[in-house]
Amino acid sequence: MKVTLWGTRGSLADAGPQTVRYGGNTACVEVQGEDGSVLVLDAGTGIRRLGTGLAREVRRVDILLTHLHMDHIQGLGFFAPLYQSGMEVHIWGPPSAMQGLRTRLARYMSPPLFPVLIRDLPCDLQIHDAPRGRFTIGEFVIDADLVCHPGPTMGFRITERDAAVCYLPDHEPALGAREFPMARRWTSGHDLALDSDLLIHDAQYADDEYETQIGWGHSTMSQAMRFAAMVRARRLVTFHHDPSHDDASLDALVDRTQAECDCDVDLVAGTEGASFAVKS
Amino acid sequence: MGQHSVELILIRQWASYLTTPIFVIGADGQLAYYNEPAETLLGRTFDEAGEMSLHQLASIFEITDERGTAIEMNQFPLAIAWIDHRPAHGRLRYRALDGPWRLVDVTAIPVEGHDEQHLGAVAIFWEVSSS
Repeated sequence: MKVTLWGTRGSLADAGPQTVRYGGNTACVEVQGEDGSVLVLDAGTGIRRLGTGLAREVRRVDILLTHLHMDHIQGLGFFAPLYQSGMEVHIWGPPSAMQGLRTRLARYMSPPLFPVLIRDLPCDLQIHDAPRGRFTIGEFVIDADLVCHPGPTMGFRITERDAAVCYLPDHEPALGAREFPMARRWTSGHDLALDSDLLIHDAQYADDEYETQIGWGHSTMSQAMRFAAMVRARRLVTFHHDPSHDDASLDALVDRTQAECDCDVDLVAGTEGASFAVKS
Repeated sequence: MGQHSVELILIRQWASYLTTPIFVIGADGQLAYYNEPAETLLGRTFDEAGEMSLHQLASIFEITDERGTAIEMNQFPLAIAWIDHRPAHGRLRYRALDGPWRLVDVTAIPVEGHDEQHLGAVAIFWEVSSS
């Protein structure tokens, strides 16, 4: 399968000359299967360009939302396939004990926050509470589970044949841990990420920034490295870059993390537009 | 053994910071964790004891009601919370592994996730007195 990063920024879009290489768009990743089927992971602002560039023959798109924080849904209303009659769009998102996914999404996709109502979209739209566990979308096998982040938040493992991608864009597995990583059984996200070929993981902070952001639901780059090493991920792609980090500071953070972390992990800095061919 | 649910992981993190003795039962009915204050109550560290079933836990300790009458495992508040999926409270007397009899109040609640997923149970112990 082919994985493309359309938005790697966390929390808030930050476009400008200072973020040209890592990108300013918020979370959106495309997973294209060998048969051409398309999964979209999160609907941050990066989803707009993804939508305008989709192949004409694509008639179905499945969007998997990890959670409903604004940086993960803000681009949804600008996703071109939603406005195409005959296009089948499925949106999967975290379950809530209180309200269905459609009701929660409508809090954004309705006036005064947005002019178009979900009910007025011309596509064939189907909205699902993602099951906690395993389900299939076409040839993809999806494993979904709740992970450590404020509010119901899912992580996804996508498997096609023997190749596996794990997507944990907003994840704080070190929350409350006196030492990290902890035992495997007590580490959020462990089973989703174990032995994945590509792990896309939250790496929002530098170590010295984490002290004042504990509990906000994110990881440092070195925590992401240690997590990747523990789950034996073949490659780690850093993600959810802090909006205050420009290209130069992110380069420095990547270099420093690689130098200081005694982990046997293939670390790749997540840059907008990067693609990865994922094979087992 | 698979990874515990994130709900249980967060409960363990929370418990590890408190000075109140806390037991955590996993979805499989195993005693998955107890915190350091509970180690003092039981007279054995969790590292030494390891995970065990409720039956094993009950067999290790002599447990009675506050009048000294032996009680069955399924009468423990923690067992009620895990088996019956409802909160339970009781006063127990037990002999800890380090010897003395202790009198404790126990409050247990089930840990229920979305779609009625039964994820385990938690019990908070409060020592009333030692005798």
